[in-house]
Amino acid sequence: MRVCVIGCGAVGSLFAAHLGQLDELDVWAYDLDEAHVEAINRDGLRISGESELVARVRATSKAEEVPAADFGIVATKSMHTRAAIEATAGAFSDGAVASVQNGIGNEEVIAESCPRVIRGTTFPAGHLVEPGHVSQDTGGKTWLGPFESRPATMEEVTRLAELLTRSGMETLALEDARGAQWTKLIFNAATNPIGALTHLPHGVACDQPRVRELITGLADEGKAVAAELGIELDSDPDDLVDHGREVAYHHKASMLQDVLAGRRTEVSALNGGIVRFGREQDVPTPLNEAVWALVEALEHSWELRPGEEGARR
Amino acid sequence: MAIRRVCVIGAGTIGSLYAGHLAAVAEVSVLTRREEHATELNRRGLRVTGKSERHATVKASSDPDRLPEFDLGIVATKTTHLEQTAKRLRGRFPDAAMMTVQNGLGAEEVLRRHGDWKLISAVTFMSGNRHGDTEVEYELDTATWLGPYAGTETPQEVVDETCRLLLAAGLEAEAMPDLRPAQWSKLIFNAAVNGVAALTELPHVKEFAERERPTDLGHLVHGLIEEGVRVAEAVGVELHEDPWEMNVRAVARGETQRSSYAHLPSMLEDVLARRPTEVDAISGALVREGEAAGVPTPLNAAVWRLVRGRELSWARAGAPQEVVHA
Repeated sequence: MRVCVIGCGAVGSLFAAHLGQLDELDVWAYDLDEAHVEAINRDGLRISGESELVARVRATSKAEEVPAADFGIVATKSMHTRAAIEATAGAFSDGAVASVQNGIGNEEVIAESCPRVIRGTTFPAGHLVEPGHVSQDTGGKTWLGPFESRPATMEEVTRLAELLTRSGMETLALEDARGAQWTKLIFNAATNPIGALTHLPHGVACDQPRVRELITGLADEGKAVAAELGIELDSDPDDLVDHGREVAYHHKASMLQDVLAGRRTEVSALNGGIVRFGREQDVPTPLNEAVWALVEALEHSWELRPGEEGARR
Repeated sequence: MAIRRVCVIGAGTIGSLYAGHLAAVAEVSVLTRREEHATELNRRGLRVTGKSERHATVKASSDPDRLPEFDLGIVATKTTHLEQTAKRLRGRFPDAAMMTVQNGLGAEEVLRRHGDWKLISAVTFMSGNRHGDTEVEYELDTATWLGPYAGTETPQEVVDETCRLLLAAGLEAEAMPDLRPAQWSKLIFNAAVNGVAALTELPHVKEFAERERPTDLGHLVHGLIEEGVRVAEAVGVELHEDPWEMNVRAVARGETQRSSYAHLPSMLEDVLARRPTEVDAISGALVREGEAAGVPTPLNAAVWRLVRGRELSWARAGAPQEVVHA
């Protein structure tokens, strides 16, 4: 059986390296970072931190080299979904493709070029230490379920979940994975832009009562959209905010890390996703709209000052 | 009443522009925060470049007791230093009129708590750039609007005389019987434009007025302004100018003067320099007025909280934890 990870950054590498532990699997990774690809092919893919592994993975930057596979796992940043899946979709004409990305709307894009799609949400996170080496910073579960409008079979969803669990990444197969996805979406959309715009670590932001209220305001809008869509959340995202304060007080949200590095953020798949679904359902989302506009404009400010942001930060 | 002696209190960009121009038509003294700033001004005078070319002689001091008497004080500190400055003036110069030119709302009340000077409310649209302690570049030669402060005994003739003096000095000015319509127009404009600029790090560029695509920044700016307009209506202020039109005009001006790189709103300058901003007196004032009038201002509240959070991010570098009072 063959699995190909599309987008082998931090999260993609966690999936590829874990699956690479299973003898029966032929694991491939497609990524545009040539140094990373070369290191993986030369030395194997190494994970340190929460797990310690080295896996044999076949990596490539050339889409045409990706062989036909039973499963695809898309782990690019959300703004790269379309380019990545359009380049590699040929490999999955007879397979099932799962998204484990942030935000909402990735499965819709994948479904435009792949016949059977799996809706996924994952909590483990990490960062690239050097080419071929990723640190796993947090553990956590992964949830998979058939994507409603172009579903993979439940048998495929269960098989992929079983493979992942056996490889060391606890994964649940669900008939309806929207609750898990929207819980994480709402949590991320309420906390990430706050970090990106204030530069405050998560716990410090939570300790400011008025900032905390703003987080709740953002989450309430997301919850209203989910309710209108008939999605039952796994847990209250607002409780996850408090939980995050306990376990990751000094954590800088990934969107803040992006802003500090002058990289494009995923705000469009997070707050933008809530706004788009809100418009379809006639649920007002003014705060999510506001932070979406602010973060996008912040990204735009770097284009007006090319080369300056690095010097200033 | 003839105004012959003017004291500029706080010689930042705006204060320096007043002092540098008024010295041509009045005896000008300057109250500074730093003694070396006063020393430099006394030694070298104050140079104005840009829209005007001036070289002014002023008497400067960082000690209010060493200032000469004056007829008109122009209080030009940032709102963040106003309380401290007003305390230093307490009990002094009782016959003077004091003109506040701060952004936002509430400067007059701060002064009122420390003395019963005749108060003149003013807002200014001038802008400039300071080049050191003794040189200021006059960038936008837009007007100062002034009027008697509501609820005090300031006679209109003092306001009119101040206006004549500013005009004689080569500045743009307009006297009004009630400043609140103008003050609120600028408040609503500043709450939207300064707040968005501070958070996005964008100068006041054309994107602030764009509303074609659903994701354009102009929607947010417009939403912030609409909240402010509703608060103004609820408190009974008829705006002097439509703040959205002010935004559109200012952006067009920035475009023609400096291509895509327009004016840096002061709140963005503060953020880039990691100084406390005036967000409490601007967005905060609008939110408080809205609360009192029963008008919700969720977008302005969000901007206020985010900017306060941003201030905390550099305030806490090594410092014990503070609480945002926003």
